[in-house]
Amino acid sequence: MMPAMTVEPILRAKGVNKSFGALKVLFDVDFHVMPGEAVGVVGPNGAGKTTLFGALAGSFPVSSGAIQLGGRDLSGTSAAERCRLGLARTHQVPKPFLGMTVFENVHVAARAGAGMDQTRATAEAADILRRTGLMPLANRPAAALGLLDRKRLEVARALATQPNVILLDEIGGGLTEAELVALVDLIRSLQADGLTVVWIEHILHALLRVVTRLVCMAEGRVLAQGDPRDVMAHPEVQRAYLGSSPE
Amino acid sequence: MTSAQKPALTLTDLVGRHGQLQAIKGLSLTVEPNEVLAVIGANGAGKTTLMRMIAGLHPVAEGGILLHGAPVTTMPAHERVKAGIALSPEGRRLFGDMTVAENLMIAAENGRKGDWTLSTVCDAFPQLTPLLGRLAGGLSGGQRQAVAIGRALISNPSVILLDEVSLGLSPAAVEGLYESLAGLKGQVTLIVVEQDLTRAMGFASRLICIAEGVLELDGTPATLSRQQITDAYFGIHKAEEPSHA
Ligand SMILES: Nc1ncnc2c1ncn2[C@@H]1O[C@H](COP(=O)(O)OP(=O)(O)OP(=O)(O)O)[C@@H](O)[C@H]1O
Ligand SMILES: [Mg+2]
Repeated sequence: MMPAMTVEPILRAKGVNKSFGALKVLFDVDFHVMPGEAVGVVGPNGAGKTTLFGALAGSFPVSSGAIQLGGRDLSGTSAAERCRLGLARTHQVPKPFLGMTVFENVHVAARAGAGMDQTRATAEAADILRRTGLMPLANRPAAALGLLDRKRLEVARALATQPNVILLDEIGGGLTEAELVALVDLIRSLQADGLTVVWIEHILHALLRVVTRLVCMAEGRVLAQGDPRDVMAHPEVQRAYLGSSPE
Repeated sequence: MTSAQKPALTLTDLVGRHGQLQAIKGLSLTVEPNEVLAVIGANGAGKTTLMRMIAGLHPVAEGGILLHGAPVTTMPAHERVKAGIALSPEGRRLFGDMTVAENLMIAAENGRKGDWTLSTVCDAFPQLTPLLGRLAGGLSGGQRQAVAIGRALISNPSVILLDEVSLGLSPAAVEGLYESLAGLKGQVTLIVVEQDLTRAMGFASRLICIAEGVLELDGTPATLSRQQITDAYFGIHKAEEPSHA
């Protein structure tokens, strides 16, 4: 028998509140992710999912509450510092450097995000392009990419910063069924390599093929969390998020 | 013949380019008034380029577009809005430093007069009401999408182009949106780009598939099989394998 061990969450939000001006968006949100875990985040439009990511990633200061990464308190650390500490994030609206090639985008992320030197960044970028299936497009300008490849590039740029935890914000939106299958395969392979994944997604059938725990937010609060099936069956989740009971 | 009897849209040998690349390669299509057309196809197939060409946001390299029988091929986008074509969400970005209400009112002023007003749009999309006084720049992804659709409606179009209509919307919001859109059937021509095939087949009266810039498939949901559609996605003309039925 293995001795019982207490594993600490790799990422944690404790009692986080966030207001934008007079608008209160997050109310005492507690959230945690265990190392290697894949957690899904769902909830109605405007529930505060992207804002939670912003709070975790340090895109803005929280109004109150604490964020911890690997047990370390992150208050006062910038988004760039959090990135160097192993926390990466993709954006709901991808923001690559449009004038740069795919390779250059990933290379810049490796240099700026992980502080690699030129030689290491080049090797790392090549490896990531291979893993994300972008190698054939390495020399294309990012502006010329289709949606799936823009999403892949968004993931590739996040990976280049050498994260332990990756926050994915609606990277499945707009993809066809076949493209979703490719995306799910990619995320699963990343998780199999040890990456901790937190994924906000409205396309549930894709999300549920990856995550083992689901958090549903509504109106700035955590409405339910736990086993994905239990969360989906939760009457409040059905009412607020699904809108109709799934037959 | 009155304009009401003419096709809502007639596309003839349309060619659209992105630099050297032909995104739309000689596409012809006639859409009848009040038809509900779903457009499917892989990403990069040319669906968005086609929608933007119809709306006047992407130049037509060759071929022509008739709206209710009248040529609009070289008409600028803002005049096409006045002529009754609305595209969501790609048309114009929201003005981030204006409120949702202001964004909608500007669209109303620049469009046609009709049944769609701020209050009827909010009746159809109740999720917009609490957002009216908010700056558009702070909206969540799904909230923006809802505003963009409202903005298309409020111009009182006769032809509505909805590109990636459910992108970023929660399941409940998608459900509500399609209920609202169903209420428009018979009043306007609806062209909906939708990746969810089941949804597209359940909603539309006609389905076309675009693959690599050409019209690969055209039929009704009742007559098209899933296999035909899957083949068309990849531009396959013949069935790959005999079925073991
Ligand atoms: N920068 C901001 N300024 C003002 N309000 C904001 C800002 N960012 C978000 N909000 C508001 O905070 C609430 C939560 O937004 P958030 O983007 O977190 O929602 P979400 O759960 O990600 O929704 P979606 O599923 O539509 O992406 C919304 O009401 C939104 O309008
Ligand atoms: Mg969001």
